[in-house]
Formats: sequence, C-alpha cells, structure tokens
Amino acid sequence: MYKVRKRIGSVISVILKLIVSFIFIFPFLWMLSVSLQSDAETQSMSLTLIPKVLQFQNYVNAWHSAPFPLYIRNSLLIIVGIVVLQMLIMVPAAYAFAKMEFKGKNILFGIILIAFMMPIQIRFIPIYFMMSDWNLIDTLWSQIIPHMTDAFGIFLLRQYFMQVPDELIEAAKLDKSTDLQIMWKIMLPMSRPGVASVILLSFVGHWNDYFWPLVMTNSDAVRPITIGVARLKATEGSLFWNTIMAGNMFLVIPVLIIYFFMARNIIKSFTYTGIK
Amino acid sequence: MKKNTTNTEELETRHRGNWKEKIKPYLYIAPAFVGIGLFTIYPVIKVLIWSFQKVNQLDTSKTKWVGMKNYSYLLSNGAFQKTLLNTFIYTGATLAIIMTCALILAFWLNKSQGHLTMFTQGAAFMPHVISSVSIALVFSMMMNPSFGLFNKVLTAVGLPASPWLTSSSTAMPSVVGVASWKAIGYYCLIIIGALQSISASIYEAASLDNAGAGVTLRKITIPMISPQLFFVMITMTIGSFKVFDTVRLLTDGGPNNATSVLVYYIYKQVFWESNIGRACAAGIVLLVLVGVLTVIYFRLLSKRVHYQ
Repeated sequence: MYKVRKRIGSVISVILKLIVSFIFIFPFLWMLSVSLQSDAETQSMSLTLIPKVLQFQNYVNAWHSAPFPLYIRNSLLIIVGIVVLQMLIMVPAAYAFAKMEFKGKNILFGIILIAFMMPIQIRFIPIYFMMSDWNLIDTLWSQIIPHMTDAFGIFLLRQYFMQVPDELIEAAKLDKSTDLQIMWKIMLPMSRPGVASVILLSFVGHWNDYFWPLVMTNSDAVRPITIGVARLKATEGSLFWNTIMAGNMFLVIPVLIIYFFMARNIIKSFTYTGIK
Repeated sequence: MKKNTTNTEELETRHRGNWKEKIKPYLYIAPAFVGIGLFTIYPVIKVLIWSFQKVNQLDTSKTKWVGMKNYSYLLSNGAFQKTLLNTFIYTGATLAIIMTCALILAFWLNKSQGHLTMFTQGAAFMPHVISSVSIALVFSMMMNPSFGLFNKVLTAVGLPASPWLTSSSTAMPSVVGVASWKAIGYYCLIIIGALQSISASIYEAASLDNAGAGVTLRKITIPMISPQLFFVMITMTIGSFKVFDTVRLLTDGGPNNATSVLVYYIYKQVFWESNIGRACAAGIVLLVLVGVLTVIYFRLLSKRVHYQ
C-alpha cells in the first residue's frame, strides 16, 4: 500500500513538473509555431497549433523587411566594444580593491557600491544631453561609452580576485613580475569563471537591452537588433504576426543557443548575487 | 664620503619607489572612477539640480531656478498621481505573485535532484535571459483580443474572452502577469540556492530532536534563508519601481494611462513633452524610493536577520 502511494506520488510530481516546465516554455514554442504558419493560418479565427506546411519563407520575408544584418552587426559591435572597454577598466580596479592597500580604500569601494544603486532610468537624462553636446547621439559610441564602468562587474571581479592566494602574488613579485604581468598571468587565469561570468552577463544583458538604444538612437544605421525587432510590431498591419515572430526568432535564437549549452553556468552567474 | 652619496641615492630611489607604490592603486582605479564620475555621480547631481529648474535645452542661458515648482506640479497633477499609484500597484502585485510562486516552486523543486527537476528549473529560469522585447511581442500576440491564442482557448472552453491589454481594467493585471511570468524562475533559483546552502547536519540534528516538518521549517529553514529572502524582496521591489520595457512594449502606458508607471512617465516627459525639469523631479521621486529601500536593506543586513 505504501509503495503504491509513493508510486502515485512520484507520477503526480512528474506530471506537475512537466506542467510547470510547459508554462515557461510554451510561449517560445508558440513563437516558433506562429513563425512557421501561413498568412491564412495566422489570420484565421480557428486555432492552428502546428502549421500544415512549414513556411520557412516567413524567415526570408522577415530578414528582408528590415536591415537585419545591420542590426546584428551593430549589436555585436556594441557588445564587443562594451566588454573590451569594461575589461580594460574594471580588471585593474578590481585588482587594486582586492589585493592592494591604500588610503580611502573602503570609502572608494563604498562609492562604487552606491553608484551601483543609482538607476540608469534617471541617469539617462543628463547623459543624453551630454552625448548630444558631444555629437554622439545616434552613434554606436553613445551606446558603448556610458557603460564603461559597471559597478557590479567590479564588485564581482573583486570577489573572485580576493580568492587568489596572496602567496602566489608574493612569489611573482619576488620573480620581479610587474603588476600588469600579475594581473594578466595570475589573476585572470586563476579567476577564469569570474571573468567568464562578467562577460556572459554583459553579453546577454546588452544583447537584450532595449531602454538604452531606444533613448540613444533614431536611425537604422546604428540601431541594435532589439530596437529593430520591436519596430516590426509598429509596422503591424503591413506585417502579419508570422513574419513578426520570424523576426523575433532572430533576437531569441542566439541567446537560446548559448543558454542551451551553458544553462548551468548562466544560472550560476545570474543568481550569484542572491546567494552570496 | 663616497659611501654616503650612494646611501642617499639609495634612500632617494627607495623613497621614490615608495611614492610610486603609493600612487599606483589610485592609478589602477582611476579609469573606473572617471566612468563613475561622468556617468553616475555627475548625472545624479545634474538630475537633482534640474529638478529645481525650468530647463531650456536649446538656450541654456534661459534656464531658471523655480524652487519646488516641478515637485508641486507633480504632486497636484492627476496623471502623475495615477502614475505613482500604478507603480505601487504594479510593485505590490508583482512582489506578491512572484514571491508566492517562487517560494512554492523553490521548496518543491529543492526536494528532488533528478534530470526532470533540473529541466524544470532550467525552463523556469529561461524567460529571465530572453529580451523583454521578445517576450512582450509574444504576449501581445497571444493577448490580441480577436486573433490571440488566449481568447481562442478561453472561448473554446466556454469562458468569456478578455480584452487583455486593450481595456483599462485588464491592462494592468495583464502586464503584471507577463512581468511575473518572466521573473519567477530567477527568484525561484536564488531561493533554491539559499536552501541548498543550509548544511545537512542542522537538519540531522533537528530530526534527532524529533522536530516535525512544521517546526523545522519555522525554526530552521525560514530563519536560515531570511537574509536571501530579504535580498530577493528588496531587489524585486527596486526592480519593479524601475519597470519600463514591458510597459512601453505591451501597452505604451495605455489605455488611458492605466499602465503608466514612473519610468515611463519620466521617459515621456523627456522625449514627448520636452519638460526636463519635471522629468528630473519625477526621477528624484524614484531615486528616493530606491534609496529608502536600499537603506532598509543594508540596515537589516547589518543586524543579521538570521542566526548562525
């Protein structure tokens, strides 16, 4: 009797888990399904779950409905620009905060933590006018430079750098290594997961970012893919939902592929702050 | 004599070396502080100043001080009051829904370790890494009153169709629903992380003392994860105060301002009304809300809400 009850319990738990998974996955499956439906199927009052004939043509149409190669190029240039700039700036700062002693260290680190709390949703106003004074509105630069210091990234890198044993650094110093060599040859390789986390968070965050490019751009030449895809809906009426969803897939697929292969690492990186 | 000079030379170089060593950390952090100064400290100060001014961006010499005028305008303005109320409703509702669902899911999924459990966790987390642009597009398609999936399903099972995002009474619940769906998995996994950080020996000790499940939950689990729960609640609340993407993409603040929230209001003041002063005053309201919560968080954290 006990065994039977346990069996039933585990069957119910399996079913419940499948239902919960389904709730979170379904909208993406639906996106995929609609992106492959014919115009008639999308417009019909009856429900089409699985399209009769897979309309890959929708993807071609979506690709030609807006300058997608340009959007994707812009997104990638912005992300690479941000990641390179951030690494050049944040690694030395995190190293100093983790391994050097200096006057005012705690206060300065406190300032970084406070800076982290200042919402971008209000800072954008003066930055917008600053960029416009520098003639950088509607360029890729205004989407890169303001992200040069990520206070949270410094915090995260410092956490990882602090775990590198001091003895290693002392030994390197006896070997007449400079601090630059120590950073490059000891700190970075020793905290590879941390560095990977910071880059991953930056990549996903900026690939998905909508607010900042919305504020800083007004022409296709410099728009990233999020803005491009969001604008597909504005042309609703001329575009059916199947084409819009095909365009949407261009935005989702890269992240989904990364997520599929690195789910564990991604979850760890994203939930790190909560656990520590 | 000769010895003496080398000594002073040595001293000098050592002294110079020291001086270099002393200044080095500041050089290392300098670029980061240039960034923080230019793009955080300066803008926040500027927002504060502008909130007391009537800003003329075309001719800055015409910018004048107006005292509290921007603030008093906001406080007496019906649209802003509605916006503030909407922001609080949105925040309260998402907090309640996400917290409840994330806690239930976390306690349930933490119990087993199999592949299916990992899959469910991964599935629940997935919306968190997807752009709100994609999610807003899918949901506005599914919530379309005439062609949308939701209404097709509702009418198929004999329930009345809903106007979803297109009516002022259902728009806010719809937005809250989408935002909650996106965030539940993230917070669920943070709570699971917290649960798994409790060492098994504490539970063993409790079971040796014949503590029941309820007692264990109340006396061990909840107190042990309370720091993370506070963290989750505070970040969630701050995040909700700052909501913009979903609102802008799903409803554009409408219908009839039913989903206008604080950041959306600020955005509109800047780019549609060109009223920088008011936008900055509204921004300071947001900053104060976020600031108060942050202070509460650090207070609670320093008091150490858990026993260890």
